[in-house]
Amino acid sequence: MNIRKLALGTAMAVLTGVSTAAVVPAQAQEQIYVPLLTYRTGSFAGSGIPIADGMADYLRMLNERDGGIGGVKLLVEECETGYDTKKGVECYESTKGKGAVIYNPYSTGITLQLIPKASADKIPVLSMAYGLSAAAVGNTFPWIYNPPVTYWDGASVFIKHVAEKEGGLDKLKGKKIGLIHLDAPFGKEPIAVLENLAKEFGFELKLYPVAAADMQNQGSVWLNIRRDRPDWIYNQGWGAMNPTAVKEAAKNNYPMEKLVGVWWAGGDDDARAGGDQAKGYKSLNFHASGSNFPVIQDIQKHVVDKGFSKVPKDKVGENLYNRGVYNSMLIAEAIRTAQKITGKKVVNAEDVRRGLEALDVTEARLGEMGMKGFAAPVKLSCDDHSGHNKVYVAQWDGTKWTQGSDWMEPMKDKVRPLLESAAKDYAAANTWPARSEPCQKGS
Amino acid sequence: MFYREAGQYKTSYAADMAVFPIRQDLIGVLLMLAVAYVAIPMFGSEFFLSSVMIPFLVFSLAAIGLNVLTGYTGLISLGTGAFMGVGAYACYKLTTIFPGVNIIVWIVVSGFFSALVGVLFGIPSLRIKGFYLAVATLAAQFFLQWCFVRIPWLYNYNASGAIEVAQRTLFDIPITGARATPETRYFVLLTIVVVLTWFASNLVHGRIGRAWMAVRDMDIAAELMGIKLLDTKLLAFAVSSFYAGVAGACMMFLWYGGGEASDAFNINQSFNILFMVIIGGLGSLIGSFFGAAFISTLPTVLKFGLPAIGIPLAGATAEHLTHIVVGGLIIFFLIVEPHGLARLWQIGKQKLRMWPFPY
Repeated sequence: MNIRKLALGTAMAVLTGVSTAAVVPAQAQEQIYVPLLTYRTGSFAGSGIPIADGMADYLRMLNERDGGIGGVKLLVEECETGYDTKKGVECYESTKGKGAVIYNPYSTGITLQLIPKASADKIPVLSMAYGLSAAAVGNTFPWIYNPPVTYWDGASVFIKHVAEKEGGLDKLKGKKIGLIHLDAPFGKEPIAVLENLAKEFGFELKLYPVAAADMQNQGSVWLNIRRDRPDWIYNQGWGAMNPTAVKEAAKNNYPMEKLVGVWWAGGDDDARAGGDQAKGYKSLNFHASGSNFPVIQDIQKHVVDKGFSKVPKDKVGENLYNRGVYNSMLIAEAIRTAQKITGKKVVNAEDVRRGLEALDVTEARLGEMGMKGFAAPVKLSCDDHSGHNKVYVAQWDGTKWTQGSDWMEPMKDKVRPLLESAAKDYAAANTWPARSEPCQKGS
Repeated sequence: MFYREAGQYKTSYAADMAVFPIRQDLIGVLLMLAVAYVAIPMFGSEFFLSSVMIPFLVFSLAAIGLNVLTGYTGLISLGTGAFMGVGAYACYKLTTIFPGVNIIVWIVVSGFFSALVGVLFGIPSLRIKGFYLAVATLAAQFFLQWCFVRIPWLYNYNASGAIEVAQRTLFDIPITGARATPETRYFVLLTIVVVLTWFASNLVHGRIGRAWMAVRDMDIAAELMGIKLLDTKLLAFAVSSFYAGVAGACMMFLWYGGGEASDAFNINQSFNILFMVIIGGLGSLIGSFFGAAFISTLPTVLKFGLPAIGIPLAGATAEHLTHIVVGGLIIFFLIVEPHGLARLWQIGKQKLRMWPFPY
């Protein structure tokens, strides 16, 4: 019995080893392998599914319409993470051997795990507007990219928006600004920046943490808010926390147009939960929603109508779906830039890293892609892996998101020094190696 | 057949009471060690080592810890996840304050911090039993997890609240951090698990283990026989939390390599380990390994193993199917053998000993 069990165990081990090795030759064909770490299961699936659909559909559309990128087809494979760090790392470990050129972890927890791993394996990580804010410092993190903005930029844009509505930065003095946030690393991201800005502009910062277990039970938090009566509230929440916050704000008669969410608090379902009273709720955004863009119509024509997509037809063009499309656009543009720099057709992970560093999505390029008005230009550099690009404040009109402000620059001069010092701390705490990759000049 | 005691004569009490009653058991264990130390690192791919074997060993260690408490002493705990967290944070603080000391030393020492916290939360166990004790340990889970989020000192005031695992070496070979290969991490972890399992085996077979089992079977009778309940129960809490703490430190330093630690040691983790102990077999060390393999490894092997042998499954479908299969298997095994996988293993061995005339 012992021996039999042992034989079985060894056979299993060998089998797994051999079979993982056997998959590798698949890339020998003219393909670029792009794994997508997505979550269609688990407690955050509600926001994960539209993002996953958007990402998969845009890449599929490139394959269908253009035959891939630069004539090379993309081999896209989804791996389910369930927003779980352990499963996410498993996905990374199981796909990296197949020649993955880029990773999008889609969870702050998974991103933190992948930062050291991917840097050692030399595969770029694109954590689009999430993950470690300090990763924007390219000199420390050559393999990590977080365009178009970091959480810290987002918080600074919120303050800018408040100043604009109040009539200038000097009018912030004496105001009370609240931060309702998930009591987890992700939620606490903007605190440092807001504290710094509070000192500088003289407003008072009030913190309202919401424990992950209490996401749907915010009654006591809102009691405090009712007592303090903050003039503005910034919402750094995710998942079930957002619709609850909007609902509670409506119940407590908090003026909706003074509640501003981070971009992850801007799902259609988040705002819809508040009913009619949610009208006026705001959230930061870096791309447009709606299907009124040539690129979305192309996706409908080439992918959705042909039945290649998992998305329900009426969900195409929702905010989070478009975020997936935007994310895939960044992936595709990085690959395209890499092809242009290296002159190779089938690029590898190191080439894509150079492509990301030289990424320059101009207004003209957006027009070519059918994304005019869909997003602001994005430009990265060797030193700046986030770009501190423009965002705008979206406003819920009761049925859909509309553009509630102009595109605004983050306060780069305020945020950048904080990022630099955070990157330095990270490097010190992790005995992080100095950057050895040469800088990629824009092509 | 080959598994029987014919021809093996026991001439002393010590031989009769030995952990391995027949020689084949000893050979079997040695063979298993050989496979673990030689065959698996030789033939296993990097993915197999880092995503299957390392999690399996970490959870085995945690399950042994909980088994000491729940299986051997009969005290239910829902705080295992938090005790693992104490180990992880203790190890992190120790290695940042004293970076010169070898990390393996700190991984083991961090278990003592966890043991201390475990004893503290074990004190109510003298008064309350059963489900009520479970609720009391639940308090430990929530309180400690609250500390992990709210005490920035624990994670060195990191902006994202994450533990950051620096590179540490043993004989100049990196064993933690991103540059440590899965093989080295696996060897370090395997050695820790083997040594601690051996230690646990000696504990449960000796005087202390007997006292634990006496308390489990009937605490009043045990007390009348002269076993001090408080000491015994607290010792069980201490040993159990020690194992959990070492498992937690191993999890962060040898498996995860840092990250959002507060989230990794949540209530789900505690439940998972409790399920491992129940499905593996209460009061059995080998059961802890079976349980860990069943709950933690089987889903991974199903999810990535099936596509690898040519069954086309991808993304969410694989995940859903894994849930269905594992759920079904749990029900199946609990119906077939309510005493856990360890009992099945034991029955199998018993039958083999009597073969070909089992009764």
